[in-house]
Formats: sequence, structure tokens, C-alpha cells
Amino acid sequence: MSAATLNHDGAFAAARRRLRFGPLWLAAPGLAFLAIFFLFPVLRLLGLSVQDLETSAWTGDHYARIVATDVYFRVLMSTFRIAGLTALLSLLFGYPLAYWLAQLPERQRGLAILAVMVPFWTSYLVKTFAWMVILGRTGVINQILSGTGMSPLPLLHNEFGVMAGMVHAMLPLAVLTMLPVMTTIDRRLVQAAETLGAPPANAFWLVYFQLSLPGVAAAGLLTFISSLGFFIVPALLGGPQQTMLAQLIITQIQEMLNWAFAGALATFMLVAALVTCWVYDRLFGLSSLSGETSGRTGGGQGHLRSAGMKILSALAKASSALGGPVGRALGPKMMDRLLPLYSALVIVFLVAPALVVVPIAFTTSPFLDFPPPGYGLEWFRVYFNSDLWVSATIRSFAVAFATAVLATLVAGLAALALARSSSRWRGAIFAFFLAPMIVPRIVIAVGLFYLFAQIGLVATDLGLIIGHTVLALPFAFVAISAVVKGHDWRLDQAAATLGANRFRTLMLVTVPLIRGGLVAAFLFAFITSFDELTVAIFVSGGVKTTLPKQMWDDMILQLNPTLAAVSVVVFAIVMALLLMAEWLRRPAR
Amino acid sequence: MLSPLAQARTAPVQAGAAATPKLLVDGLTKRYGAITALEPTRLEVPAGEFLTLLGPSGSGKTTLLQMICGLVEPSGGRILIDGQDETRTPVHKRDIGLVFQHYALFPHLTVAENIGFPLRMRGVAPADLTRRVTEALEMVHLGHLAGRFPKELSGGQQQRVALARCFVYQPSVILMDEPLGALDKKLREHMQYEIKRLHRETGATIIYVTHDQEEALAMSDRICLMNHARIEQLGTPHDIYARPKTAFAADFIGVSNIFRGQVRRDGSGAPMLVTGNGSFRLSADTPDRPDGTLVVRPEQLDIDGDGDNEVRGEVVDTVYAGSETRVLVSLGGEETITVRLRRGTAPPRLGEVVAVRWRADAGVLVS
Repeated sequence: MSAATLNHDGAFAAARRRLRFGPLWLAAPGLAFLAIFFLFPVLRLLGLSVQDLETSAWTGDHYARIVATDVYFRVLMSTFRIAGLTALLSLLFGYPLAYWLAQLPERQRGLAILAVMVPFWTSYLVKTFAWMVILGRTGVINQILSGTGMSPLPLLHNEFGVMAGMVHAMLPLAVLTMLPVMTTIDRRLVQAAETLGAPPANAFWLVYFQLSLPGVAAAGLLTFISSLGFFIVPALLGGPQQTMLAQLIITQIQEMLNWAFAGALATFMLVAALVTCWVYDRLFGLSSLSGETSGRTGGGQGHLRSAGMKILSALAKASSALGGPVGRALGPKMMDRLLPLYSALVIVFLVAPALVVVPIAFTTSPFLDFPPPGYGLEWFRVYFNSDLWVSATIRSFAVAFATAVLATLVAGLAALALARSSSRWRGAIFAFFLAPMIVPRIVIAVGLFYLFAQIGLVATDLGLIIGHTVLALPFAFVAISAVVKGHDWRLDQAAATLGANRFRTLMLVTVPLIRGGLVAAFLFAFITSFDELTVAIFVSGGVKTTLPKQMWDDMILQLNPTLAAVSVVVFAIVMALLLMAEWLRRPAR
Repeated sequence: MLSPLAQARTAPVQAGAAATPKLLVDGLTKRYGAITALEPTRLEVPAGEFLTLLGPSGSGKTTLLQMICGLVEPSGGRILIDGQDETRTPVHKRDIGLVFQHYALFPHLTVAENIGFPLRMRGVAPADLTRRVTEALEMVHLGHLAGRFPKELSGGQQQRVALARCFVYQPSVILMDEPLGALDKKLREHMQYEIKRLHRETGATIIYVTHDQEEALAMSDRICLMNHARIEQLGTPHDIYARPKTAFAADFIGVSNIFRGQVRRDGSGAPMLVTGNGSFRLSADTPDRPDGTLVVRPEQLDIDGDGDNEVRGEVVDTVYAGSETRVLVSLGGEETITVRLRRGTAPPRLGEVVAVRWRADAGVLVS
């Protein structure tokens, strides 16, 4: 029998080798693109960081300066503090929500996930603007407080403001990473634990929680790495104490043009991201990121494992000690409602900021009063009559469209190539295409800026498109790969036997059937570009301004209701795109 | 059974078959590293024939089929269609139809679009295309489902669409890779008739892969029995059933009772087989060989009847299967033989010791 299957599979593998419309080199355009516009600039930035400015000799001076200079060292520390806190809080707030989502019936879960995704699809600048409106000295919360006679609270330009903005931005990522792991946990195991004599708290902590740990770890990794590179939120919602590394890098480049020092700062960030990944890989295996169970998860190192078990037992004891009296005080009915109530509150926290912007966009006041004293279209008029805003909007659209086309094409070819390849390079190529997601954006942006400055791509639309495509490629690649994985290649064989050549097979059979993935890839790439600021700050050169860049400039100078109007338009465009994609993706049948 | 039209169409085709075979496989072989998927094989298929490749999985039948249609590249040998060497012709330029095991209908195309696909690839004019698709749909009795998508059809209906999609462009040779494997027994039998009918009506040359010996016996003009990456025996269903050449052939097709032993001649020169269960007379035309395996079919055995040979044993089981009853007789130890009970005979009691007899010319001695 084993010889038989081998034989059969062999026959099919050979058929694929012969049939596929291009071997592994279909991935070549993507590899070349990433080598030139991602790997090379990033490596050169790292190289710059160990070069002396004048003599080009090898030096560790820049690193020594970071560690020795108090200001820089404090920024480094606050970056890790804020990123760590963000990851921790996102896990703490996100876990119960994910737990609640996992046990909902499929239909309701889908709707709830849509709500959780709202911040995910909202532009960073829109989100941050919304938080400024909510938390400001005369913002929504403080006006409500003063309305009830209380003194205003300092909510903005401090640690609280930054954490609100960061956790709001990272919660969806944390929840959506934990959810797939939780939905695959067999809840009967918890019941089994209870029939075996475990009190509910033990059953949860020692069975369910432990099984959900890979998801928690993956969520922690992704939120931490993403948070490391933040600069919009700390710059606009934080104070000097919350300055983060990315802000420092931007200042170094924009104001001092100190490439070497910026390179050293970028290296710190990159190394931090890579070390985090490495630690995660050691503990859980990187493959578990994509939801695949690795053999390593269960095994674990002896004493680390038993220490973990002790901690969980202690947690179980603590929570049953706490849960008992609380449960008695609230009554069983209230206890059952606790989780849905909590989840509803978190969802409000996620959705509300995007909605707060809407009434302000229609205000008649020149200030950000809430609620607005009257309603009108004044600020939309300002928006559409401003050449600056209109040209930025058009450029953003054009760049995002070009980026989406380019990224979908390149990623699509690569995904097709890898899906049908059994080469030993497959894993490495796969990782390379995902790398721009792991390397902090600011590092890529600064590296690209240096490259573009030399080849004359600064302040060009092409420069923006290339930069955005580097950032969008991993998302497009993942979206297409996921669909291609489930594609039935026998249909391509069938088309060939029916007389279709490779090109017609691709166009008439493969592409229509992986359309969902292509549409998703296009959408991800479009939105990545449409919402992109990091590359735009450097590459636009102040001339080729995109919408996020224009918003950023305005928000730094002066908050005004035009920003709300712009936010509403951006939000509406993205929502329209999402709906259109959903409609396009729906299969014909 | 044959309609006059079908007879008129098939008769001349078969007459011309002797000249050039429709399909000639010449020394075709396939190796994957150290594993040989198909030993060098020669196979001639005359036009209009229904040939079945039968064998256990891993016997090389699917490899042979996939090389004929071009999905697998041969390691050696040639494939000739109508005398033309097609060994290196790419899949889409070969005039061959393949019906896939799981149909491989395009889920994004309607039934009519699926069937029209090969015509579109051949640049058939739209009006002609529509007419031929309609005809093909009528042929498989699915005219009313033209606008449906494959997902909306039952398994049997999907199978018919797959057949129509293949027959519609009248390829030189039609290959079918276990096309009924996914259907339940009842539907499978019905589809066997359908495929036979299509074969009769179109006069197509069909090469059919299956591992189901009953299906092979019921459908084929000839069966090509395969084992261990080579052809074990090639012949008509009756040939293979009545005159198996090897113990494997005897065992794979139908139920066989097998006795191994040494061949001797008695005083009159008649061949005998000396086995652990006694000495048995062999049929007079038995070829000369020192030893062999005697194959006797259950329906050739008779309990307490007449015959040249006899074994005695204890009845251990009777199996009622509707149209027939089989009796299992233990010869002592592990050995049992299967006897088909003659119609109208009462089955023996369990534990009864019976004499099982057969005529010398009923058995076949194989290697």
C-alpha cells in the first residue's frame, strides 16, 4: 500500500512539474523587487550605523552615543516600555473578548468580528485624530465632565493618551490572532476536566488557558513588534516622556540628516524585533503563527514547564478565591452576563472613536466642540476647495491604485510559484516575502529614503509607489497564498486535457477560481498604501503630498474641523472599498 | 441490443482496426528514481474498443493512463495515435479526452459553459458551439440543467456533465480514470450502462481505469490486467475469467479456489497435480510444466455431485447473497474452499462433512 500511494503521488507530482505554467522563477520578479528595494536599503542602513561619517571607517561610536546620552537612552527604554505595555494590555483586554467571540454561534461571531475590525480598517491618522477629539482638554470626555461640574482630567499628551491610542489600535490584531486558536479548542475538554473533579477555575486555567497559550503568545509577539515602530500615536497623543524610537529617527533624518545615527537607532529597533521573533520561535515555533500546530508546543522544557504549571495553579487558586465572593455578591444571573457585558464595552471602545469624528465633520463651529453647536457642510467645502487637500487626495488614490496593481501582480506570481514548488528554497522564499511585515516600517522607510536620494526617486510618485509596494507585498502575498493553498490543481490539468494552453488555463481557470484571494490582496495593498505615512513622510519630499502626509502636517500644526471632514471621507472610501470587495469576492454561483 | 445505426457505425471501424491501431503504446516506461511505476509496456488498442486497465492501486494503471494523455512524461517508449507519434505533444494539443476521478468540473462555469469549454479552446464558431453543447446535454439527458453550476448537481449528474464535456469534442481516444469511484453502488451500476450506451452510440475508443473487477467484467471489450507495474494478462473478460494465466489473475478476478502442487503423468500419460489435499486430474490440454497452481471456480464445484476429482471437508459457513448461495468448506487447518450451491439444492448443515467434486477439464493450471 505504501508503495502504491508513493507511486500515485509521484505521478501527480510529476504531472504538476510538467503542467505548471512556469517554474519557481515566477517568484523572480518579487524576489528581485524585494532584494533591491527592501533587503539592500535595510542592510545599507545597518552598514551606515557602523561607519564613521567622515572617514567611512568602522566605528561603534553611534551606538556608544545612544547608550551614553541620557535622552536617547531614555527614549530607547520608553519605546520598549510602551510597546511592552501595549502588548500586555492588548492581551489582557483582548483575551476575554476573544474567549467570548470563540463561543458565539458562527453567524453572530462574524458580525461581532466586523465590529472588532473597525479600528483595523480605520486610518491611523483618523483614529489618532478621533482620540485627540475625545481626550483633549476641551474634548468629549472633559466636556461631559465639566457639564456635570467636575474638573477636567489630563487625558492627552501623557502616558494615558498614548496607551489609549495604542491599545485601541492593537486590540483587533491581538483578538484576531488569538481567536483562531481558541475556536479550535475543544470545549468538551473543559467539561471533561470538570467531570474529573476540577473546580471551574482549575478547568479554565489548567486546560483551556493552557491550550490557548500559543494564540496568546502569537498575539503578544505581533502586537509588541508592531508597537515598537509607532510614532503617530506617541507624537500626537503623548508628551515628551512618551517619545519613541521612531520619532527620534524621523527627527534625526528630517532635521539633522544624520544617517549614521538614524541607522544605529534603526538597528536597535530591528534587533529588538528580531530578538523577539527569535525568542518566540524558540518557545513556540514561528510556524504556529499561521495557526499550524508545531510539535514543540506540547513538549516544553522540563523545569520551565513545571514552573509554568505552578503559576497556572496559583492563578486558578487566586481566581477561585476571588470568584467565590464576587459570584455570591452578584448572583449567578449577573455572573453569566458579566462576559457579554464586558465584551460589549470593549467593542464600544473599539468602534466609538471612528463614529465621534462624524458629527464634528458637519459642525458649523471653527473649533472641535462636542456636541457641535450646529450642522453644515462648511468643512467639506473647505476640503474640496483646497488645492492642497484635493491634489493630496488624488495622489493618494493614484498611488494606492498603482501599488495595489503592482503588489497583487508580483505577489500573485510568487504565490502561484511557491504553491506548486517542492523546492527546498520554498520556506526561505516564503519567509523573505513576509519579512517586510516583521522589519519595522521606519527602518524600511529610512533605508529607502537613502536609496531614493541617490537615484533621484525622492519626491516622485514612482518612489511612493515602490515604497508602498514593499510594505504591501507581504499582505497581498498572504492573502493570495491562503486561497491558492486550497486551489484544486486537477482543474488546471482538466483544462489542459480539454485543449487549453498554459496561458488560457491561467486566465480562464486559475485566476477566476482564486479571484477571492486576488481581490483581498488588491484591497489590502490599496488600503496599506492609502493609509501609509512612514514612507510618505520621507519620500514625498514635501512636494508630492499624500492624504495621510497632509493630515499629519495639519495635525502637528493645528487641529481643525477640516481634518474631521477628511477623516469622514477617508473612512467612507475605505468602507466603500470593503463593500465593493465583498461584492466582487462573492463567487458567481 | 445494438441499434442498426450503432452497428453500422461500429462495424467498419472494427474492420479497419487491423491496419493501424487507434492507439499504440510501444515500450512505454516510467521510473521515479529507484521506483519503477511502469515497466516497458506494449499495448495496442483498435478503434472503437472499450479497453479496461484493471489492477490494484500501485499496479501502474494510472501512470499508464496519465502518460497516454500527457500529464506524465514517460521515461522511455512511444505513444502513437492513428500512427502519429504523440509522445512529446503537450497535453493541450493531444486529441485526447480525460474523464477525471472526481470529475474536475470548473466550479465557476455553468454546466453548458463547462461542456462548451473544449469547443471554445478549439475555436468552434458560437452558433455551432451552442448546437453541439445542446446535443451533448441531450445525449446525457441533462438538457434542463444547462444553466446550473456544478455545485447544484448531484454526484451522478456531475458525472454525466463530465462525460458530456469529454464526448462533445469527439477526441480520438477517451480516457476514464476510475470515473465511478465516488458514486454509491446503485448509481455506479446505472452509470455503467450509461457509459456503455455512449460508447455504443458514438463508437468512441475508450480506455477505462478501475480497480473494481466486476465493473471491468461488465463493461469491457478487453481487459488489461495490471500488477507490479506491468501487464499481467490481456484478453476478453471471458478469456481472463475462464483462462487466467497466473494465480494473481485468477485471484483478482472472481472467486477462485487454488491448489498448489507438482505435475505428474499417470500411466496413460494424463496430467495429474499432486497437492497437499490429494492428487487431481488436470485437463488434457494442460501445457507441460513441472509445477503450478490449479484454479477452480466456485460454480464448477459440486457438493456430492459427479466429477473426476474430489476433496472432503466440513461445512463451516453458508453465505446467502440473493441470487446465489455460497458454501464454505474447510479442508482442515487454515484451508477453505468456496462452492456455489446449485440452484434448487438445499444448503448442507453446518458441521456436515461433504464431498466436493469437479471435472478435470473445469480446472485451469496456472503458473
